[in-house]
Amino acid sequence: MVLVLAIGDLHIPNRAPDLPAKFKSMLVPGKIQHIICTGNLCIKEVHDYLKSLCPSLHITRGEYDEDSRYPETKTITIGQFKLGLCHGHQVVPWGDLDSLAMLQRQLDVDILVSGHTHQFKAYKHEAGVVINPGSATSAYSSITYDVNPSFVLMDIDGLRVVVYVYELIDGEVKVDKIDFKKTSTPAI
Amino acid sequence: MMISDAMEDEEKWLAEGIAGIQHNAFYMHRALDANNLREALKYSAQLLSELRTSRLSPHKYYELYMRAFDELRKLEMFFKEEERHGCSVMDLYELVQHAGNILPRLYLLCTVGSVYIKSKEAPAKDVLKDLVEMCRGVQHPIRGLFLRSYLAQISRDKLPDIGSEYEGDGDTVMDAVEFVLQNFSEMNKLWVRMELQGPARVRDKMEKERNELRDLVGKNLHVLSQIEGIDLDLYKVTVLPRILEQVVNCKDELAQYYLMDCLIQVFPDEYHLQTLETLLGACPQLQPTVDIKTVLSQLMERLSSYAASSPEVLPEFLQVEAFAKLSTAIGKVIETQGDMPIVGAITLYVSLLTFTLRVHPDRLDYVDQVLGSCVKKLSNRPKLEDSRATKQVVALLSAPLEKYSDIVTSLTLSNYPRVMDHLDSGTNKIMAMVIIQSIMTNQACVSSADKVEVLFELIKGLIKDLEGDSEDELDEEDFNEEQNSVARVIHVLYNDDPEEMLKIICTVRKHIMTGGPKRLPFTVPPLVFSALKLIRRLQNQDGDVAGEEDPATPKKIFQLLNQMIEALSYVPAPELALRLYLQCAEAANDCDLEPVAYEFFTQAFVLYEEEIADSKAQVTAIHLIIGTLQRTNVFGVENRDTLTHKATGYSAKLLKKPDQCRAVYACSHLFWVDDQDGIKDGERVLLCLKRALRIANAAQQMANVARGSSGPVTLFVEILNKYLYYFEKGNPQITSAAIQGLIELIKTEMQSDTATPDRISDAFFDCTLRYIQFQKQKGGSMGEKFDTIKV
Repeated sequence: MVLVLAIGDLHIPNRAPDLPAKFKSMLVPGKIQHIICTGNLCIKEVHDYLKSLCPSLHITRGEYDEDSRYPETKTITIGQFKLGLCHGHQVVPWGDLDSLAMLQRQLDVDILVSGHTHQFKAYKHEAGVVINPGSATSAYSSITYDVNPSFVLMDIDGLRVVVYVYELIDGEVKVDKIDFKKTSTPAI
Repeated sequence: MMISDAMEDEEKWLAEGIAGIQHNAFYMHRALDANNLREALKYSAQLLSELRTSRLSPHKYYELYMRAFDELRKLEMFFKEEERHGCSVMDLYELVQHAGNILPRLYLLCTVGSVYIKSKEAPAKDVLKDLVEMCRGVQHPIRGLFLRSYLAQISRDKLPDIGSEYEGDGDTVMDAVEFVLQNFSEMNKLWVRMELQGPARVRDKMEKERNELRDLVGKNLHVLSQIEGIDLDLYKVTVLPRILEQVVNCKDELAQYYLMDCLIQVFPDEYHLQTLETLLGACPQLQPTVDIKTVLSQLMERLSSYAASSPEVLPEFLQVEAFAKLSTAIGKVIETQGDMPIVGAITLYVSLLTFTLRVHPDRLDYVDQVLGSCVKKLSNRPKLEDSRATKQVVALLSAPLEKYSDIVTSLTLSNYPRVMDHLDSGTNKIMAMVIIQSIMTNQACVSSADKVEVLFELIKGLIKDLEGDSEDELDEEDFNEEQNSVARVIHVLYNDDPEEMLKIICTVRKHIMTGGPKRLPFTVPPLVFSALKLIRRLQNQDGDVAGEEDPATPKKIFQLLNQMIEALSYVPAPELALRLYLQCAEAANDCDLEPVAYEFFTQAFVLYEEEIADSKAQVTAIHLIIGTLQRTNVFGVENRDTLTHKATGYSAKLLKKPDQCRAVYACSHLFWVDDQDGIKDGERVLLCLKRALRIANAAQQMANVARGSSGPVTLFVEILNKYLYYFEKGNPQITSAAIQGLIELIKTEMQSDTATPDRISDAFFDCTLRYIQFQKQKGGSMGEKFDTIKV
């Protein structure tokens, strides 16, 4: 059982002052094995904070990130799963599922984590699973109106991944979960 | 050399004294066992003679005294058992006065006196009165103090207090009080007599010795506080005035400080509250060198705790006008002690403020008054340089922030900014950070433009360069932290009412524009997004708000936004400005304001053309432009054509061929929007894809020429995926034949001699083929479509 936190688009301090207090109290160090961050933190302070939660921190570059050295894309293997990470502003049209599927094929990963739209999404298609953890601070987005703060926690266990989405709705944290099972890839 | 000699000598004398006591004690015990009164008296007197020494310091004398004390207890027991010695206590009282030297005589007398009182053969008050007067015979400070201390010790449980067995017909609590007060007065006089004269070394030694003796004197006050019969009235009328009289008249700095402190500690807070005026009235009468501010701070501290622990006494505080009295007393002390350093005065104000916040938190006028007094003290002085004083001012300013979780309360204190003005610029900035931190921690919100104005006045040290700022040491990390804090605080300035919100935005803008090029990249973006949020709120409202003379409209806000982002050109920060222009363009699109949106796109393109030269930055920028443009639907045909033409043009002109290729096929999406009424220009899509293909080919050829081997086929696979995308969406210009052709092309390229094997492109291609297979197997119309494609 490996816990992976997927989080991003915090936009601190340009669009939001801080993570919601209720999220902060939930995210304690030592509980999570990996953090994958879609980008747009934007400042070093946030990087350091995430690093304090878990030393295995993977970040891709968002267009507002202070540190321009983050990579455009990243692939990580966790257990039986290959995960791909990309902020998403590079994939036009923004938020388009088919275009994201192309990126998934290009990176050849089971799970693609991407952001930019600030809207939580988790769905399965032919090439695998696409997850958008949304914005952990419900930062303003030109693409999506009225978002709630959200992040995703993935529990990777063998060939199965359970995706928990945490959303702050009207001051309360609501959790939802989705199950995905990896099947063996058919040969051509 | 001399000091250690003296210490050695003292040790020797003490040892001698103890030996003397032990020696005589041995014989005294023998006499006690034999019930021999005469002998017992003789040896006890000799024993007590050891206490006649003047060679010991108080510390060592105490050791000797304790030995004697223990022996006297045995003697007392013997005295009590009349059947053993056959002498009545009255006779005993007479007998012991025959002892040769006065000191042993008086110790023995006190001892008998204890027995006498216990026997109740005489009223307690008479015996006590006699003893306290007789002790006058010893005027040597150390000897006298220990003797009277002995008297206090043995009389303690025999005072004619209310409810005590010694409360006789004539004996009242007044007698007990009189006795203790008199003993106290005499002891204080003896103590003060240990004058601090002579060279420094002697004075220091003397001061140390005096301090060692102070508890003996203070004990009397403690005893007084324990007397049950003393009620508030008695305390007010007799006890307190007599104590204060002694304290003031002794004119001794050490004694005054200690006794005031002692007084405050031992008597209940309730009493202090009710005698506040008298107590405070004594303060200016004390020696000017007494550290009265510590005493006053202690008093206020106690009273604050009292108020905190028993809220029901709060009305009393108001009734006795505690605040006014304390405030006046402090003012007087500061005035009379003219050479008190500034840190002392401010510390007093900090104590008073702490008191006020704990006892009268709702009285903002009191709080402001304290701050005002501090301002007055600080005026006509240069900026504070003493770091301790500065620390105290920071403590003063932080106290209201900690008390009131709502920052707006602190913002109403008119003297608050005036105090801040007296800080040096470094501390001013620190204080500003404290204020912001307080706002963020308490999750406060500032919702009126007026209060925002006050807030920004307070934090002006962070907002702009002030005179007195040190030019050189600008620590980058600190600076970034400061500016990020300002950015954060902008987000908590908010009002539901759009007009007020606009006023807030304008106020903030006015201030941040004075920040200069270094600060703008931090402060402009949060304000821009704040404004964009307001526009979004207004989007849903229609038309003018009736009655508003100057309504907030999206148009107006866009004008503001334009000016704000323009200011970034002075930094210069073109990449940031471009992103912000695009955000505004999209927002204008959502508001249906075509000319405004066009203007923002124009600005973005101008920046791209003129300011963004770095190739990596260009790639990101062009994708942002394409992405934004793809989503806009407000443009008429002409405008849209101009912009898409620009976008595709720049895409093709990127430096590296692969970047060109990717940007160009991204542009294909400009001509196909999946919405209901979205543009679906299949031909132009195909044109883009073909162009991308040409560029990919050229890239391969270049690689062949430059490196002798062709590059990876990734670009071709990407373009293939795009073909598939539009094929699925039903673009009639994309045929299965074209797709087939591409597949063959890729296979050929992969198998050619000059091919560079690339695991990643291979995997990508495999995935793509798998996808096609998947679609074929779907059945229905999709399956039919893909049927003609062979993998």
